[in-house]
Amino acid sequence: MVANKKITLNVNGVAYDREIEPRMLLSDFIRHELDLCGTHVACEHGICGSCTILMDGLPVRSCLTFALQAEGKAIETVEALADNGELNALQNAFWENQGLQCGFCTPGILMSMKAFLEENPSPTRAEIREALSGNLCRCTGYHDIVDSVVAAAEAAVSAAQA
Amino acid sequence: MKPAKFDYHRAENLQHACTLLKEHGDDAKILAGGQSLIAAMNFRLATPSVLIDVSNVEQPNLVVDEQSGVRVKATTTQRFAEKHAGLRRRIPVLVHAIEHISHFQVRNKGTVGGSIAHADPASELPAMSLLLDAEFAIASATNKTVVPAEDFFVTYMTTSLQADEILSSVLFREPPQTSGWGFHEITQRAGDFSLAGSAAIVDLDNDGKCSYARVALFGVDATPLRAREVEDALLGNQCSPELIKEAAAGVRGIIDPETDVHVTEEYRRNAAEALTLRALEDALGRATTD
Repeated sequence: MVANKKITLNVNGVAYDREIEPRMLLSDFIRHELDLCGTHVACEHGICGSCTILMDGLPVRSCLTFALQAEGKAIETVEALADNGELNALQNAFWENQGLQCGFCTPGILMSMKAFLEENPSPTRAEIREALSGNLCRCTGYHDIVDSVVAAAEAAVSAAQA
Repeated sequence: MKPAKFDYHRAENLQHACTLLKEHGDDAKILAGGQSLIAAMNFRLATPSVLIDVSNVEQPNLVVDEQSGVRVKATTTQRFAEKHAGLRRRIPVLVHAIEHISHFQVRNKGTVGGSIAHADPASELPAMSLLLDAEFAIASATNKTVVPAEDFFVTYMTTSLQADEILSSVLFREPPQTSGWGFHEITQRAGDFSLAGSAAIVDLDNDGKCSYARVALFGVDATPLRAREVEDALLGNQCSPELIKEAAAGVRGIIDPETDVHVTEEYRRNAAEALTLRALEDALGRATTD
């Protein structure tokens, strides 16, 4: 008999106390325990990227992380991006450039690109494509997603200059 | 799918991890970054009854310069190693290879030691450890040993590590300063496992003759392989285009690739030869005769 474990996880700035089985994936903790369903789950082996979240600011696969491993870390999900229902600049760039069709992959892409643009504020299109290679999109063919990331980078640079 | 049930222990430090391993032995697996293990557990290809989590074990000085090379602690994330300026300066081929491991989101958690101990024959770091004459520091509750990379890989995902042993650090040897390197792999999509891969380091003496050669292959046998036959064909000789072509062809006889759903055995044999030739050409292009 495997005992449940008590944990406290910090997700989007809020501390949550739960008692869970050790085998609970971070992705399932976020979705089922916290009802934060913006984090999507598809392949469950780290290939598709739809469950990507930020852990201490770094994008990681929440399906390849046990919830217990996230104790003491700052977790950010896609729900952290908008401010009181207002899309942030990155989300707005995807909206303006139609950087999505069905939207299933979008949360993972947004979290990956948030970290990517912080590290590389003025990327080339080739660098964006390389960074996007860890997130599968089966609708768009990626062209409009690359446009969205370019637009987000340009918006951030002009906002910084203003 | 979801993992089968297991009991979870968080190791406070290396010694604690060794004690837990001794206690739980064959039933336990070490959980580091989890980027291979958790995927296998999600599919129930792996069903360990106990996990010993070392992902929060603090190993100070993750990447340390030593006289003969660079020591990387086992829990160093691949992303940390890839961004380490000193490692990039001293052993550029290693950083280049790490950049080919999956995607950056996976490298943010995946560890250097974890990838080597997992010993997937198609992955980059086990082959790099052969290419760079690496030495593995191994700890158990009662003993500390050092194992050369060449004695470590036994077969598919199987190493010489005993049930109570843990890989604690890896010493990657720095190649000669004037040497050049090459690294090539074939994947179906960016970040996929390689179908075949080859890496080379070559140094030339003042007469332009080959004075040092290392060639390592991955994805083409049950373990990563060092291609000594190719190295021997180059050593002491002027590396003409004809000679390196002939030397690269030598890999065909020493590998034992498999046919799988992706490609045939023959494809892997051809790829290993072509990639070795490209790796040698790059290495020679980067080598200097000083």
